[in-house]
Amino acid sequence: MRLRRCGTHAVLVEVDSLGEVEAVRAAVHAAQLPDVVELVPAARTVLISTKPGGLASVRRVLETVDLEHRAETDPREVVIPVVYDGPDLDLVAETAGVGPDEVARLHTSATYSVAFCGFAPGFAYLVGLPQVLQQPRLDSPRTKVPAGSVGVAGEYTAAYPRATPGGWRLIGRTDAPLFDPRRDPAALLQPGDRVRFEATS
Amino acid sequence: MTTTSRTTSDHRVEAPRVGEEPPADQRSGDQSSGGCVGRSVTVLRTGPQALVQDLGRPGHAHLGVPPSGALDQPALRLANRLVGNPEHAAGLEVLLGGLHLRADTACTVAVTGPCTPTLVNGVHRDSPIHLRPGDELTLGTPTTGLRTYVALSGGVALDPELGSQATDLLSGIGPAPLRPDDVLPLGTPTGIPTGVDVLLPTHVPAELDIPLLLGPRDDWFDDPATQLRQGRWAVSDRSNRVGLRLQGTPLTSAKTGELPSEGLVTGAVQVPKDGLPVIFLADHPTTGGYPVIGVVPEEALPFLAQARPGTAVRFRPQG
Repeated sequence: MRLRRCGTHAVLVEVDSLGEVEAVRAAVHAAQLPDVVELVPAARTVLISTKPGGLASVRRVLETVDLEHRAETDPREVVIPVVYDGPDLDLVAETAGVGPDEVARLHTSATYSVAFCGFAPGFAYLVGLPQVLQQPRLDSPRTKVPAGSVGVAGEYTAAYPRATPGGWRLIGRTDAPLFDPRRDPAALLQPGDRVRFEATS
Repeated sequence: MTTTSRTTSDHRVEAPRVGEEPPADQRSGDQSSGGCVGRSVTVLRTGPQALVQDLGRPGHAHLGVPPSGALDQPALRLANRLVGNPEHAAGLEVLLGGLHLRADTACTVAVTGPCTPTLVNGVHRDSPIHLRPGDELTLGTPTTGLRTYVALSGGVALDPELGSQATDLLSGIGPAPLRPDDVLPLGTPTGIPTGVDVLLPTHVPAELDIPLLLGPRDDWFDDPATQLRQGRWAVSDRSNRVGLRLQGTPLTSAKTGELPSEGLVTGAVQVPKDGLPVIFLADHPTTGGYPVIGVVPEEALPFLAQARPGTAVRFRPQG
């Protein structure tokens, strides 16, 4: 674990894997430090920003983190209904060497966890994708991916909360309410949550 | 006598082109709904951009939600104090003046930020100003700087989103930019306007000399402190509430690899592949995949909020 300075009131914690990211995030979250303003996990880092003077208590918690073992948590489980009819379903099936129905079966058989959010409000990067569905992005990104699209890219799968440009391979769509700034909580998926997909028609 | 610690400047720079545009997606804010029934102001005209802003919605970056909020927070806080509001009340952030409002009910307003002609029914007035129903407030173009702040007694009272009324132009969260005929509901005043004899406008320096704490990714650059000290930049006209883009000396990276996306703070100086720094402001994305060479401390951010395109920029790297 390396701590990198990030201005006067923040520290960027760098680790070697998504598992270690989750260990750091869960430990700092569990400590419920009153001065922590933002706790932002990403692929290999956790950004922690505080009110002035709050970094000392963060450093003390970081000294106690066991990167091998996640803090005991009771993750929320969220089920997302998906219609598997995405424009890249055949491409993903062909790349995986299976039929389109098997793509849906594989995608719904795994249990995922939210590694981190970013890119857009409520956009959750889910890990736990079966190996054959771990595929590259499109050569040329779409200028507009419709809201609710479900896609895969690298080791991640995700659902687009709103229409944005994007280069993920799209395998389906959901009408789950992924993000609504007037709702509490605004985002359906938060770091640490467990997620499953369910095929609907 | 009450004065503020801010001083004035008569420096003038060329009128800028500022490319601030709202995102193309739909916005949900019905400007006339919510708030305290009875007290309001009506927007008659806006200049290039007028937004509802408060101190933003920090604490949601893990959901991909930017902090947003007023770029020149000391100016909004001061305006709120002048009209008797709590400092965090929602007011208006007005880019390059041009705002024209009508008071539908009696209210007190204060205009802060750079020196901006302020007229009531066509007559120049000094803040804070008491408006009677039907009075019209007009802001001219600031002589320096970019962003003027308007506080209204009781504060703007639209429905908050994630705890704030701030308009986030990156994510489309919060009320839409103001348009003619918008009716802005005001809350109930909770304090007494403080009054002021002389209100000095925000100092807008002719040249920005920006302190910068190195890290978290200064090790991606050859001799980062020297590169930063010796480089010369100017504020690009592609700057907006997301970030201040700089043109000038490219910073050269010592590494060629890819950096996995990581969390960003406001004030982070990110260096994309072309080497030209971007200083992230309140509507910044929550994560980014280019190295951040250093972070501008919070105290210097209000100066960035007021820097017109073309303003000369130097960095003063520390540590």
